[in-house]
Amino acid sequence: MSNSIEISSLTKVYDNTKALNDINLHIKKNELFGLIGPDGAGKTTLIRIIATLLLPDSGTITVENLDVVKDYKSLRKIYGYMPGRFSLYQDLTVIENLNFFATVFGTTVDENYDLIKDIYSQIEPFKNRRAGQLSGGMKQKLALSCALIHKPKVLLLDEPTTGVDAVSRKEFWEMLKNLQKNDITIFVSTPYMDEASLCDRIALIQKGKILSVETPENITKQFGKQLLQINSDNKYKVLKDLRNYEFTNSVNSFGQFLHYTDKRSVPEVQSIKNYLNEKGNSNINIKEIMPNIEDCFMDLMIEDKN
Amino acid sequence: MKRFISFVTKEFHHIFRDKRTLIILFGIPFAQVLLFGFVITNELKNVKIAVWDKSNDEVTKQITDKITSSGFFTLEEIIYKKEDLERVFKAGKIREVIIFEENFAQKLKKEKIANIQLIADASDANSANMIINYTSGIIMNYTSSINREINLPMQIHVNERMLYNEELRDVYMFVPGIMAMILMLVSAMMTSISVAREKETGTMEVILVSPLNPIQILLGKVTPYIVLSFLNAVTIIALGYFVFGMPIMGNLSLLMAETMLFIILALSLGILISTAAPSQQVAMFISMFALMLPTILLSGFIFPIENMPLILQYISALMPPKYFIIILKNIMLKGTGLAYIWKETAILTFMTIVFIALSAKKFKVRL
Repeated sequence: MSNSIEISSLTKVYDNTKALNDINLHIKKNELFGLIGPDGAGKTTLIRIIATLLLPDSGTITVENLDVVKDYKSLRKIYGYMPGRFSLYQDLTVIENLNFFATVFGTTVDENYDLIKDIYSQIEPFKNRRAGQLSGGMKQKLALSCALIHKPKVLLLDEPTTGVDAVSRKEFWEMLKNLQKNDITIFVSTPYMDEASLCDRIALIQKGKILSVETPENITKQFGKQLLQINSDNKYKVLKDLRNYEFTNSVNSFGQFLHYTDKRSVPEVQSIKNYLNEKGNSNINIKEIMPNIEDCFMDLMIEDKN
Repeated sequence: MKRFISFVTKEFHHIFRDKRTLIILFGIPFAQVLLFGFVITNELKNVKIAVWDKSNDEVTKQITDKITSSGFFTLEEIIYKKEDLERVFKAGKIREVIIFEENFAQKLKKEKIANIQLIADASDANSANMIINYTSGIIMNYTSSINREINLPMQIHVNERMLYNEELRDVYMFVPGIMAMILMLVSAMMTSISVAREKETGTMEVILVSPLNPIQILLGKVTPYIVLSFLNAVTIIALGYFVFGMPIMGNLSLLMAETMLFIILALSLGILISTAAPSQQVAMFISMFALMLPTILLSGFIFPIENMPLILQYISALMPPKYFIIILKNIMLKGTGLAYIWKETAILTFMTIVFIALSAKKFKVRL
């Protein structure tokens, strides 16, 4: 399968800091590709450069064999773009927004109704409501409908699920999965690690650098260590104590649990327990678990620092 | 074409769904014309005066009668001593005191000369000046009427006529000025704000990543305002004509064509502002300070350009409203045709082309 988006040695500099540092990515046709990273990692900058809205300082990007700098006019016809902020006309109704974007792209709502049916049917009951009065989840569905109305070849989504409730987020990703069947390459960025497992492949980005590009399964497989989940009566005391423990490789807080890796190749659960008991912690539970994307991300970040 | 229509429809939706925009577009022009027409006036009417008649004879009574019956002045008080003089001015109601010297009629007869002193409250310098001029005028009139029987050896008679505005009505001055100001403000400010709003809300980002090209975007933005500004201009002219009796001596279609030219100029200026302004607020401030104040102060709307320091005269030559006001006055008051205003028309056309070219160049196809 040929590639849809080719990014090679891309660099973007803002005031002497490298917002993007030597990025190389190859995104296949019809792939659901996730760009995962914390706020300020460079996700929006990268998407905007792909979307022809910003110019790279060096490096090249071709999308569907078109150059993002030279051929921006042709590219803008085949893109569906959804910026991070809700960017539709708040004072127009749902159907007016949709009609507007359809005409702008030289099509009609009826013509491509099949493509947006699953998504749009959910907000259709509110089609005469002003877009500004929709809930966060509904706004995103409308924005996605508007971005899809002209059947784009490439869909660029910048943090589409930020500020959306958990149920709507899940629905949204299911929609993206469904869209793949329609011959669309989807490039989506998100700060939520749990969404990564739904992508075909993901790139982890941190401070403008790509840490790893893999399928979600392979990324967790790359995690070379045993991961322990620890909980107790006082999470913060345990966290503090473990940070001072001689064998600790990493310890991070995940909700009510701590995720822990050991410097030894095989961690000795009993000795960790003993150490924590000595320090006065009670009700300690230690269990081996499979690492998730976030664990991998943390791990890669530490490696990158070293 | 479909794209364009859809874009214009969208713009109309924005305008008609925003109450503030509507008020600025239609409420303010209406209010401005009426305000300027009725409230702000330099004409003298019922100025309150006091008389200190130390002589109190036939002649002084005649002069006082002449003055009070002119319609410009009403006699509010008669005073008798020096202390009163200060009191009436301090009280503020009385704007002028007329003092006749003692034995006025007698002196006039015997010595052929008698004195009247006019004292005006010059805390408002312009009207003090006018009050004194009007009063002296009336007194001069009286003097020449009593001299009629006597043949003076040599006389010069001044016959004056105020052409194009015989009654010296302020409305004739204000209507063109207000029209220039409102069209400038509404057209330029509203378009610059509406483009800046798209930038601010992020919709510009989405529109940019679409097949729309800059010309389509800008034309789509401007078209509704061309229509609405033109309606505004018609309203102002109609108000001037029907409410204030402002004449339209010249060709109405020429007047409308020139108005359209000025609207397009103002709109292209608005677009130019919006290419530089990142937010609605900045767009508004630039429009206000860069357009409104110069339009009022430097266009010849209120202050005559010839009286300005040379450097300001040069600056005023750069102000588009200046030429529009000249054109308006020519067409409306003098009834002249294009032959007399082609120079101003050419300047406005040239400015429009420059503004459009600059905005096309400055419009960013990226963020």
